[in-house]
Amino acid sequence: MLYAVLCYHREDEVCAWSKAEDDAVMAKLAVVQDRLAKAGRLGPVARLMPTTAATTLRKDSDPPLVIDGPFAETKEQLLGFYVIDFASLEDALGTVRELARANPGGAYEVRPISLFHPSHLPA
Amino acid sequence: MNDPAWIEAALTGARAQAIAALLRYFRNLDTAEEAFQEASLRALRTWPLKGPPRDPAAWLILVGRNAAVDAARRRKRHEPLPADDVLSDLEDTESALADRLDGEAYRDDILRLLFTCCHPGLPATQQVALALRIVSGLSVAQIARAFLVSDAAMEQRITRAKARVARAAIAFEAPGAPERAARVAAVAAMIYLVFNEGYSAGGGANDMRRQLCGEAIRLARLLLRLFPAEPEIMGLAALMLLQHARSAARLDAGGQIVLLDAQDRTLWNRAEIYEGLALLDKALRHARPGPYQVQAAIAALHARAARPEDTDWQEIDFLYATLERMQPSPVVSLNRAVAVSKLRGAQAALELIEPLGERLAGYFHFHGVRGALLLQLGHAGQAREAFNRAIALANSPAEAAHIRAHLDRLDADPNVRPAGGPNRRAS
Repeated sequence: MLYAVLCYHREDEVCAWSKAEDDAVMAKLAVVQDRLAKAGRLGPVARLMPTTAATTLRKDSDPPLVIDGPFAETKEQLLGFYVIDFASLEDALGTVRELARANPGGAYEVRPISLFHPSHLPA
Repeated sequence: MNDPAWIEAALTGARAQAIAALLRYFRNLDTAEEAFQEASLRALRTWPLKGPPRDPAAWLILVGRNAAVDAARRRKRHEPLPADDVLSDLEDTESALADRLDGEAYRDDILRLLFTCCHPGLPATQQVALALRIVSGLSVAQIARAFLVSDAAMEQRITRAKARVARAAIAFEAPGAPERAARVAAVAAMIYLVFNEGYSAGGGANDMRRQLCGEAIRLARLLLRLFPAEPEIMGLAALMLLQHARSAARLDAGGQIVLLDAQDRTLWNRAEIYEGLALLDKALRHARPGPYQVQAAIAALHARAARPEDTDWQEIDFLYATLERMQPSPVVSLNRAVAVSKLRGAQAALELIEPLGERLAGYFHFHGVRGALLLQLGHAGQAREAFNRAIALANSPAEAAHIRAHLDRLDADPNVRPAGGPNRRAS
């Protein structure tokens, strides 16, 4: 089954990484990603811009309200996501533990995907 | 989890919020700073063993506050207390405190801390030094290196700034809306000062000085998270991101300045450009233009041009004219002259900047631009004079070297004849 792995972390902290620290974390994550890619299980991966670049459309009013910033003000922010094919939740948690060792702090939310459109963007 | 670099980042990330809350509690910058220092030391001891707390800022505030209160008590009673006493039972209080940190109070705390550093009574250099020390947590030695002064001189500068701030007695009650807006504007100006300290550094600069740009961008994001719907803060962040995106292309391998037209645009940082463009898009939706947004829009036009000849100089000229109205300044007019020279030629540009001569007599870029325009018009002698004046006013070895290169070309090019007079046009 396809799972979304949603990456939460404290943005203040990630923004405080130096270029070298950022590169080091990315390199460690790439090791896990490469293995998944070679196994043909890795879908789209995205790192999101800071939440300051986000805009939210609240559709619980009519007309919808456009608000600057992310949907939720939380201690940890959604900073990126993976789409990965896992055999089971245990399988998913095993891999996510590896990602966590590569990039400690914050949280990964593992969420099964119910509808998936492969990308139509140019590579 | 016991990666020291990670803990460093967690401390840096939580610093502004933690010191801001401690400042509200103790109402004294030194006490707040010492309390944070003590909490950081305990974090370095405790976090590797127990794992990081869920909310590092809340942990640091609580531990820092208790440590400072204990220290005050110890001084009073002359008797020691158990050292890590405060660390017990942290779990419950931490989450309760974290809840209280949310919302407006926390926002005003950080704004107050930032505003403390850019009090109108402080000269610009002291504002920047104080902000880097208190908010960014750079050491005195690091800041001294960035400003190319001795540690002792920087120590003195920061001590003076702190003393002046202490005398100024910043209000601790929640600010009203106009007061809050004024504080945000002052903080934005201070952040742009930090950025320009790093950006103007040029080739001879050390890493520390260049890091100031990244630090300014971090502070702008922090301010924007507090005030997510302020178009001018979006504009400021966009402006700095779009300018910083060109960093890798601004100097060649020998540390020489490369002008915008000659820069290798593949070296521009796409991630920073996209983030800058995204923020500018968001800002423009508000239809409340301001100087930062206009400058960001100019930087965006450069960023969007794949080649120099694709640059929309018409729009840049229009934006500079807008900026001249919003924020009349000879420097803005000088910048506009570059766009005018692209659109209507060097003579038109020269006519635009000649009246600025008196006010910009001591400004490196004025003489550099003027020399380049005169050279385009074939007035070699006057160009040489202008370049010589620019060299004398250069702010960095790279700036001087850039002008020196112009002079060398002047010497080498037999086609450049001495100027016949101020009104002579290039053929």
